[in-house]
Amino acid sequence: MSTFLRKDPVVDPAIWWWLAAAVGVVIVPWHMQQDGMRLSGIFALFAGDADAASALGQSLFHKRFWFWPVIAALVMALTAFRPGLDRRGRGNLLLIAGLGGLIGIIAQGWFIGVRGWSYPFLERAFGDLEERQFGVGWGGAMAFAAFAALTTTGLALRGLFGGDRFVAGCVGLLIASITLFTVWPVMTILGQALRPPSDMTFSAAFMDRMFHPKVWGMACFYSGSSCGVAWNTLMLGIGTATSCTVLGLAFALVVTRTGFRFKKPLRLLTVLPIITPPFVIGLGLILIFGRSGLINQWVAALTGVELGRWIYGFNGVWLAQVFSFTPTAFLVLIGVVQGISPTMEEASQTLRADKMRTFTSVTLPLMRPGLTNAWLVVFVESLADFGNPILLGGSFGVLSTEIFFAVVGAQADFGRAGTLALILLIFAAVAFMIQRAVLGRASYVSMSGKGDSGLPTPLPDSIRRAAYCIALPWAAMTIIVYVLALAGGFVKVWGRDWTPTLSHFGRAFSLEWTSNGILWTGGAWGSFFTTIQLAAIAAPITAAIGLLAAWVLSRQQFKGKTLLEFALMLTFCVPGTVIGVAYILTYNVPPVEITGTAIILIICFVFRNLPVGVRSGMAAMSQLDKSLDEASTTLRASTFRTLTAVVLPLLKPAIVTALIYSFVRAITTVSAVIFLVSAQYEMATVFIINRAINGDYGIAIAYSTALIVLMMLAIGLIQLVVGERKIGRRTAAPDSTPDIAAPPAGARA
Amino acid sequence: MTFVPNPNAAEVRLEKITKRYGKVTAVKPLDLVIPAGSLVTLLGPSGCGKTTLLRMIAGLERSSDGKLSIGGKDVTHLSAGERNVSMVFQSYALFPHMTVLDNVAYGLISGGMKKPEAHAKAEEALTSVGLKGFGPRLPSEMSGGQQQRVAVARALVLKPDVLLFDEPLSNLDARLRRSMREEIRALQQSLGVTVVYVTHDQSEALAVSDLIVVMRAAEIAQMGTPRQLYEEPDNVFVATFMGEANHVRGTLEAETAETGTITLDGFQTRLKHRNLPSGPVDVVIRPEAIHLVDPATEGCLNGKVRTATYMGAHAEYNLDTPVGSLFVIAPEASLLRKAGDAVGVVLADRGVFAVKP
Ligand SMILES: Nc1ncnc2c1ncn2[C@@H]1O[C@H](COP(=O)(O)OP(=O)(O)O)[C@@H](O)[C@H]1O
Ligand SMILES: [Mg+2]
Repeated sequence: MSTFLRKDPVVDPAIWWWLAAAVGVVIVPWHMQQDGMRLSGIFALFAGDADAASALGQSLFHKRFWFWPVIAALVMALTAFRPGLDRRGRGNLLLIAGLGGLIGIIAQGWFIGVRGWSYPFLERAFGDLEERQFGVGWGGAMAFAAFAALTTTGLALRGLFGGDRFVAGCVGLLIASITLFTVWPVMTILGQALRPPSDMTFSAAFMDRMFHPKVWGMACFYSGSSCGVAWNTLMLGIGTATSCTVLGLAFALVVTRTGFRFKKPLRLLTVLPIITPPFVIGLGLILIFGRSGLINQWVAALTGVELGRWIYGFNGVWLAQVFSFTPTAFLVLIGVVQGISPTMEEASQTLRADKMRTFTSVTLPLMRPGLTNAWLVVFVESLADFGNPILLGGSFGVLSTEIFFAVVGAQADFGRAGTLALILLIFAAVAFMIQRAVLGRASYVSMSGKGDSGLPTPLPDSIRRAAYCIALPWAAMTIIVYVLALAGGFVKVWGRDWTPTLSHFGRAFSLEWTSNGILWTGGAWGSFFTTIQLAAIAAPITAAIGLLAAWVLSRQQFKGKTLLEFALMLTFCVPGTVIGVAYILTYNVPPVEITGTAIILIICFVFRNLPVGVRSGMAAMSQLDKSLDEASTTLRASTFRTLTAVVLPLLKPAIVTALIYSFVRAITTVSAVIFLVSAQYEMATVFIINRAINGDYGIAIAYSTALIVLMMLAIGLIQLVVGERKIGRRTAAPDSTPDIAAPPAGARA
Repeated sequence: MTFVPNPNAAEVRLEKITKRYGKVTAVKPLDLVIPAGSLVTLLGPSGCGKTTLLRMIAGLERSSDGKLSIGGKDVTHLSAGERNVSMVFQSYALFPHMTVLDNVAYGLISGGMKKPEAHAKAEEALTSVGLKGFGPRLPSEMSGGQQQRVAVARALVLKPDVLLFDEPLSNLDARLRRSMREEIRALQQSLGVTVVYVTHDQSEALAVSDLIVVMRAAEIAQMGTPRQLYEEPDNVFVATFMGEANHVRGTLEAETAETGTITLDGFQTRLKHRNLPSGPVDVVIRPEAIHLVDPATEGCLNGKVRTATYMGAHAEYNLDTPVGSLFVIAPEASLLRKAGDAVGVVLADRGVFAVKP
């Protein structure tokens, strides 16, 4: 009987991975080339300079013995492809050879660096090496990836991951990249925080840094001087989170439970923070309340009183954060308020409870997990925020800014930076754990969802009035802050010379037509193009890895899945400043020496924004009937084909969301990036903050305006390119537009 | 079992097949042979493990233990795509972003066939299920019954050794269900392919099956032809699951290996008893096997009508009798008795059987 089953290939397709490993070991230069790689340098087996040669070349002609284990693993892997070997046998060989290759690569990179042996004990054991090597380059990276793929193929052939090598490869990719780009840097920070300066003992150094009065001092409670930065950070976080939750709740109630007529515009508020570069609000506040701000000038003109610099410090940072993060709280709480089933409230009313009692004894308690969640989300954002404190903090330091100054200041005290980063990380992790616990419990408490009919109970009059009184003035103030902030880009010198002008835009974005073509003479063009370019590279990578992770986590069953899920979730809570410091500490030296390159910025964007991709992917995946995947599987499709032909096309809305977010956030992020920029690769936000700190607000604002326009264009373009998913001509799919107004909970900075 | 296997089709053989999810056992170790070319239904209440068993045959779940072979080939460790089986899902699982033709051709193209050839074959398959010319439509532009046919065509076009259905009709309305099940049966008969069909609806199972496997709590309760299961159930569970049944206690006195006397609280009847030993037994009585007679008739059981319901074509009664409450379906609706009337009860030969207590 004829059937349509797929034929088995003659040679196991993993041979391609073996070939990639061989190219990486035999042909391509193993190390990073200091002055970039040229086409002519690619065939590097016989390169005269050891550092420009491939691994095989280095060990054959330059006596670099430490590559022999990797080469042996490569040869061994080839034996796995001899015909007649069964699945299990081939799996075993690939697994051992793959692991051997990985260990060989890691060991040589770890133990041998720019000064020979990296550890004194090795030098004592083996004597002086008289050789050194630089960071891993294309050859090493290729070989590492290929050996990893051979390892996961081996595992799949041995029956793990349901015998599916594609799934095994995806899981391997996730584990390797999380380890390489999150776990390792965070561990490095930990090591840095624990490593004592030469003149101190381990515990004394640790105690000194960890419990320094500058960190935990409580002077502000009993004297005029200021508290430690840890207290500052906590107080700011608590203040901001509480204010934002109250405001957010007021907004959510107005939008969902009243007859307010302008709900649509109010909802637009939730989109604002997504496309706002991080300093716009801070700049707006300075233009209103700063020394030459509107209010100060009026008050001085009317009464002669000088209000002074009160905006710089806790007050200003708090105010700016509340403006920045209220939309986030609003967004979280809309979902919460809408999720409360009206039937519960109706039940309460039929039990003779009046509106007020229903609100306080049914509605509020049902919202408690949601309120806690909103509070924690904002708290974490406040902890991680860098832009507002650096602009408005003045002498009021918080952890994120102190970390920055510890690194860039004259002191360049990485031990101190590491310790502060560790404290910040612990704060964020604790908040994150509490959040998980709260949400985990909440899931079965309330929110039965669609099936419920019934109208939401109108608010009690007093609550309604309170909600209006809180929300509407605040909305008006937000608009004023934005308008004034942007207006600042169009006057000569704010507070002194109000002549309208486009000169700030001119300074940033001027062009000249010469006989040699266009000259980009504006000061901002360089960082502008770099930013667009890197964000455009990072966005698809972020979306791809994020959706892949979402798919693996929601659709595949394998051992250790919960661990992977947990590791991924944990990476979500690392604040940007911590990542920034960790990256420069980790990637400044071999084996992975990528500081100052564009690669480090792209990697930073990808792993900072991965949560967005994962979350939007998970949400979309949960709406996708699992039997579609299964149907594809029973129809002989490989896992890869199922993913590309069935799952991805149906996930288009999620792809759009992930692309837009990762693009936009790559443009607006500052906290991690500020550590990683170099003269060659400057980013827009760093350019802006440098101007703003110097008081050149005009150009900072002009640039921010340009970024906002750019991001709106990009959003339109991405929607156009990815397109809508076409699943019915009869029904205009209402869910085909991306849900732009749903940023995931978590640190934005 | 009376099914004659088709030599051109594939037999499915399950040996000690088991499925555990952590502590939950969804399918206890079971042996089952699905004869080549037969249509076998897995029937049982919700949660008894039917879907799990079907998915193990499909390869969508790996069995925790045991061996599975299809057409004599051990497929226990093969993935779904490597077994020559196709499945029709309860939700149809048509790919909403592909046209009907692309849906049907999907499996062929996955298997490496060139697109034009695959499309020609897909057209043929669509024609065979009566959907000629529907190829360019999207699934959302078709009715439930048509979508069902597309799902069947998509599975059939691969010429599978075994075709699997998981409650394929549960999303259709009652009238359509009846005609679709006949179509599926006719199609299976004409192709002679082995089919495993999951349902929880006993009338559907009776209508389409060569053999029925009744499942209960992760185990096989009984396997047999529809007639065997209806007329000779092994236990009360199967008897009540296969149709309405009264269930009373009685005592059996075996006479020959074949027949015996059952005593129900002084009332006696003779029946086939299928080798049960003498002693207490459970007696299952189909409602249509109870005839109502004049209470003065000799040898009858006396009872009293509790409720009487006129159903048009027939009448239904609930009786109070010394052996317990009895549910009766009487064919002659015109002779409607009233609540409180005294009646006599005699039992027909068929539709009454003793089962193990
Ligand atoms: N993935 C799973 N994890 C845990 N338990 C499961 C899973 N799938 C099914 N079960 C359990 O196995 C039993 C049988 O399920 P199923 O085969 O779907 O029943 P049926 O199709 O007969 O209604 C049920 O008790 C169900 O809860
Ligand atoms: Mg089922």
